[in-house]
Amino acid sequence: MTGEKDSLARSLCWNCQSAVGGEYFCDQCIKIQPAPPDLDYFQRFDIPRHLSIDLQDLEQRYHKLSRKFHPDLFQQNSDQEKAISLEISSLLNKAYGTLRDPITRVEYLIRLEEGAVKDIPAKAPPDLLEEILELHETLENYRQLRETAPDRAVDLQKILITEQGRIADRITALEKELFELFDTWDRWQDQRGSASADQQKQGRSLLERMKDLISARTYLKTLLQELNNELSDKT
Amino acid sequence: MSKIVGIDLGTTNSLVAYMDRGEPKIIVDRNGRALIPSVISVDSQGWIVGDRAKERLLTHPESTVYSVKRLMGKGLADVQVERKYFPVPLTEKQSGIIQVELNRHRLTPPELSALILKEVKQRAEEFLGETIKQAVVTVPAYFNDSQRQATKDAGQIAGLEVLRIVNEPTAACLAYGLQKKKRGVIAVFDLGGGTFDISIMKVKDGIFEVLSTNGNTHLGGDDLDQRLIDLVVQEIQGEYGEDLRKNARSVQIIRSEVEKAKRQLSSDDVAEIIVPVNENSVYRRQLKRSEMEESIKDLIEMTMEPCRQALEDARLTAKDVDEVILVGGSTRMPLVRTRVREFFDKEPHSELNPDEVVALGAAIQADILAGGIQNMLLLDVTPLSLGIETMGGVMSVLIPRNSTIPTSAKELFTTFVDGQKSVDVHVYQGERELVKDNRSLARFQLSGLDPLPAGMPRIEVNFTIDANGILQVSAKDLRGGKEHSVEVKPSYGLGDADVERMIEESFKFAKSDMEARLLIEARNEAETILRHTERAMVQGERLINPDEKARVQENMSLLREAKEGTDHRLIRERIDQLDKATIKLAELLMDSSLRSGLKDKKFSELP
Repeated sequence: MTGEKDSLARSLCWNCQSAVGGEYFCDQCIKIQPAPPDLDYFQRFDIPRHLSIDLQDLEQRYHKLSRKFHPDLFQQNSDQEKAISLEISSLLNKAYGTLRDPITRVEYLIRLEEGAVKDIPAKAPPDLLEEILELHETLENYRQLRETAPDRAVDLQKILITEQGRIADRITALEKELFELFDTWDRWQDQRGSASADQQKQGRSLLERMKDLISARTYLKTLLQELNNELSDKT
Repeated sequence: MSKIVGIDLGTTNSLVAYMDRGEPKIIVDRNGRALIPSVISVDSQGWIVGDRAKERLLTHPESTVYSVKRLMGKGLADVQVERKYFPVPLTEKQSGIIQVELNRHRLTPPELSALILKEVKQRAEEFLGETIKQAVVTVPAYFNDSQRQATKDAGQIAGLEVLRIVNEPTAACLAYGLQKKKRGVIAVFDLGGGTFDISIMKVKDGIFEVLSTNGNTHLGGDDLDQRLIDLVVQEIQGEYGEDLRKNARSVQIIRSEVEKAKRQLSSDDVAEIIVPVNENSVYRRQLKRSEMEESIKDLIEMTMEPCRQALEDARLTAKDVDEVILVGGSTRMPLVRTRVREFFDKEPHSELNPDEVVALGAAIQADILAGGIQNMLLLDVTPLSLGIETMGGVMSVLIPRNSTIPTSAKELFTTFVDGQKSVDVHVYQGERELVKDNRSLARFQLSGLDPLPAGMPRIEVNFTIDANGILQVSAKDLRGGKEHSVEVKPSYGLGDADVERMIEESFKFAKSDMEARLLIEARNEAETILRHTERAMVQGERLINPDEKARVQENMSLLREAKEGTDHRLIRERIDQLDKATIKLAELLMDSSLRSGLKDKKFSELP
């Protein structure tokens, strides 16, 4: 949740022992402080937990923070300060890399909301199960024929190329649906503090829907990759 | 604080640069030469590096080695191609690191590179008149962890603290950014003596952000030369029935001839190759540019796939690229320029000398680290995915390629058997699914675990790639909270103990190095005292009598004479004599103008 910054236990500056409360630099001696451990990626950039992000604004925030914490700026400082800058800089780079891309951004958000560490598992979209089974069969036949009777493999290759296009289209469609949910999520996020039980449920089902879309997308991406490899081997 | 220099440790040539009032400058030797050939030779007197070593390639190929950079951070199995062509034998130490045999000496690639770095350091010290202790050293962007670590080790062995390892294309981009004010999306195409890199960067408000990088650490001018060598060797065999491959000296003559021809064909349409075959016959051949291009075009074509991949990883197309920068001597070839122009559909830049631009960039980065330049910041990436081996030999990626560095990843480890006291972790770098197809970086063991039921221990391992692109590992027991020490054993590299020993050895070995350094220091000091004395003579003109003046002048010319020689003891002696001769003058000057507290000081001690 937001507001964690305030609830962080106050601790002491490693250098001058004065009280610090989650600031990046000590007020008294201006030494760099270890990264507050509980800040999520959104909080690190001081932006709301939204899925629609202004990328230019994010980049500006990232550059501004990089200019404060990058290890290049601590080359002449103590080992302790170097280590802290390395840690904060690493977190910053990871946070920016994750939020910059809409897919990794939504994956991160889902994990954050669920408190999960693991990746979202890949799952075949239920309506495609039969088609995918068939595709695997065609792929297997194609592999065999390519070795034994290359001329007969050509027909199967045509089918596979068609499938390749269909899967790519499906991925695009899944992504479109996913991105359309972004604004719904953002609106829900803005009023989640005062949400009724019903609205809470709404938020959870929104997350579930996005998770399913991600699962299906990951599955189809792997399948498409497999097809691409198989078909490019040929040429 | 002493200066931090920027060093381009190249496959074929090395260079060193420094920042002079906000401008990067290449350091040249007494004859004005910037390039130091990365060639090392040995004779009974000791090590020879640079131009003289390069000459010895033709006369003493059995005790001379070049292109050592291609061996850095590698095992013998990785360099089978090089092994065939190397004039000297390559063997392997049991730790998996290559050793090069030069006469009776056996040296690892980091030790050989250290010899080059020492030469570079010496040149910088001579030029700048001060001791150099710290440097920024460049490496190909596509170098893996082992190759970077080997480069850092080389610096340490040479007595240099390598403050930062910087990627060559990135360094070049810094130089263009500072000197040519380049902005926007920039593609840096870097084809050097032994390696190829492509980096896609975004330059905005002084931030140089690398979006993606790709390349081939086995592709460069050396490979083009080898193609032409093969061509010549075959033709000689066909024409004269002589197989010159076995003759190290002939091979080096051919190498030098085709290299010369290759260079010439960057501007001319035809070049001549002349190789003595035996006492009676000489092979002579006119090589047309089109012929050369025909025989190397597949190698040039190999640069295109990395360019495509780099653009894809940056999520850009060729249209999005605002500027293309050419780096590395091999980009002088018209064929390379044509292919780059076609691929990116724009005229590539080469206003800054492609041989020098990397060293200039390294000097800029050195200045950034020293706190000089404050508005420029470099955000680079790791070129290869980093992962660990999981069940079934599958690579589990922890840090994907093109992640901005520094970066880190945490992974939890546990045990499979009751009472298990240690867990082995094997780290890899590469893009393939199975670890056996990737590059083994290091192994380490999490040991000293409390004997617990399987799956109970929780060890959190933190993998950090620092701003040099080098891996650091630390581990913590989440149950007890105690830190685990992790001793990482590199798969293809020197352990810390090896490096320490080599530093010691290099001091022992380096008696002649020591002499050379004493000479430089003595010369520098002589320079300083001469300058001070000259100034004092002008200031104290009317204070001293003619006899005194003549004595000082005589001592000055004696010192000047000694300074031109190579005997550092004589120089020291004459510095002392000049010091004594100027005591009177110093006193007079003090009395007349300075506080009496400074009395009895020598000139060399004055500010």
